Amino acid sequence: MRLEVDIASKKFRNAAGEQHDVIAGVAFALDAGEVGVFVGPSGCGKSTMLRILAGLDHDFKGRVVRPAGARIGVVFQEPRLLPWRSVEENVRLVAPLIDEAKLSALFEILELNAHRKHFPGELSLGLARRVALARAFVIEPDFLILDEPLASLDDALAARLRDQIAMLVDGRSVMTLLVTHDVDDAARLGDRLFLLSPRPARVVAELPIRTPRRARGDAEIAAIKSDIMRRIDGGLTERDAS
Amino acid sequence: MPRLLSFAVFFATWWIASLLAGDAKLPPPPTVLAAMLAEAKSGDLFLNLGVTLARVALAFTLAMSLGSAIGYLMGRVRLADRLGDPWLILLLNLPALVVIVLAYIWAGLTEAAAIAAIAINKLPTAVVTLREGARALDAALDEMATVFALPRSRTFRHVILPQLAPYIAAAARSGLSLVWKIVLVAELLGRPNGVGFEIGVAFQLFDIPLLLAYSLSFAAVVLVIETVLVQPFEARLSRWRPRAA
Repeated sequence: MRLEVDIASKKFRNAAGEQHDVIAGVAFALDAGEVGVFVGPSGCGKSTMLRILAGLDHDFKGRVVRPAGARIGVVFQEPRLLPWRSVEENVRLVAPLIDEAKLSALFEILELNAHRKHFPGELSLGLARRVALARAFVIEPDFLILDEPLASLDDALAARLRDQIAMLVDGRSVMTLLVTHDVDDAARLGDRLFLLSPRPARVVAELPIRTPRRARGDAEIAAIKSDIMRRIDGGLTERDAS
Repeated sequence: MPRLLSFAVFFATWWIASLLAGDAKLPPPPTVLAAMLAEAKSGDLFLNLGVTLARVALAFTLAMSLGSAIGYLMGRVRLADRLGDPWLILLLNLPALVVIVLAYIWAGLTEAAAIAAIAINKLPTAVVTLREGARALDAALDEMATVFALPRSRTFRHVILPQLAPYIAAAARSGLSLVWKIVLVAELLGRPNGVGFEIGVAFQLFDIPLLLAYSLSFAAVVLVIETVLVQPFEARLSRWRPRAA
């Protein structure tokens, strides 16, 4: 199971008819069991890249080879739940044949058992994000895409949810792509980090992290973070100056 | 309770107005009730109401299903919208009378002509409403259904249909009131029975109690159908919405 990506360029035409380059060159490969993390400034084209990888956008130059028949689970930046279906129905929608024990175990990890009958309109953003995670994991994906799953959550909740994601990702062999602008998430969750330039996005650097997620101590995480900061600093100041 | 009060006010106003205008122009409630009972006893009232209701049901179902399908297609497919739009504008603005008269001329004074004419009058409003609904579908949810590879039937039932439901309800509500109005004209012009036919007869004989007896029975049926069928249906559809909406 291997994902091979080589996006040479992606252009986007806005409503006024102007053309923008969104992606200028992103190439990488990802193996099963690996968590690849894309770190880049907001608006650098990360979400566009994920849409291409998820097979939602075919209008680009380059190629994406997904393993044939791979089940894809996606957690979008906004939860994208069906407001007219309960939490449980939203999760069962993508996996109608799931047995109760598995569903219950998943809801247990994500602390959703008490909210099964609630409608998404009654949930906080943090809870809705967890439902979106449950929906992505319930199909037992081969390829998991997480688009800023922890954005705009308070620190404590983000940390809890990050541990839950780590637990679920380690539970089975799955290719995971996580996109974030938070270096902390990147350092704690990633196996390989890809640093992106401001728009149009290019991979500026690739950082493998050898230590397994669980074994990383605070000192090591701090070291990884400062390494990331040092490498993207040039890009960021360039962007601030413009 | 407020409903009953509102009915009481209606009957009181009617009674007072009939005293002022005189029996000949506006008979008081008991006279109309007597005419209603006489028609009910002979069975004519139920026969005519039944026939009219059957026509409404057929024409309404036909127009709603066809109109929803066309509207959905026009909202989703650009080419269909381009092709269908001139026809839609034509049908929307064609007077009901023209459609009914032409239907009777071309298809004869038949049941099929009457029902088709009523359905054609209602069709374009259903198309317009459903087209708006299809245009307003959430692209983000479509993408969700695509990446999770949901089968079409499940996407339609759980993702698309609930989004269209308020539009379908609105089309049904406005369409029903349109059909109620047009069915009587169609009956008046070319059917040997039904509420519209009886009202035509009463008009020719200047039998005002009979005219009012049929009009009010008809209004009562409409009111019952609205309260018993349409409103609970709407309430069920919007169950998931927060209360204030």
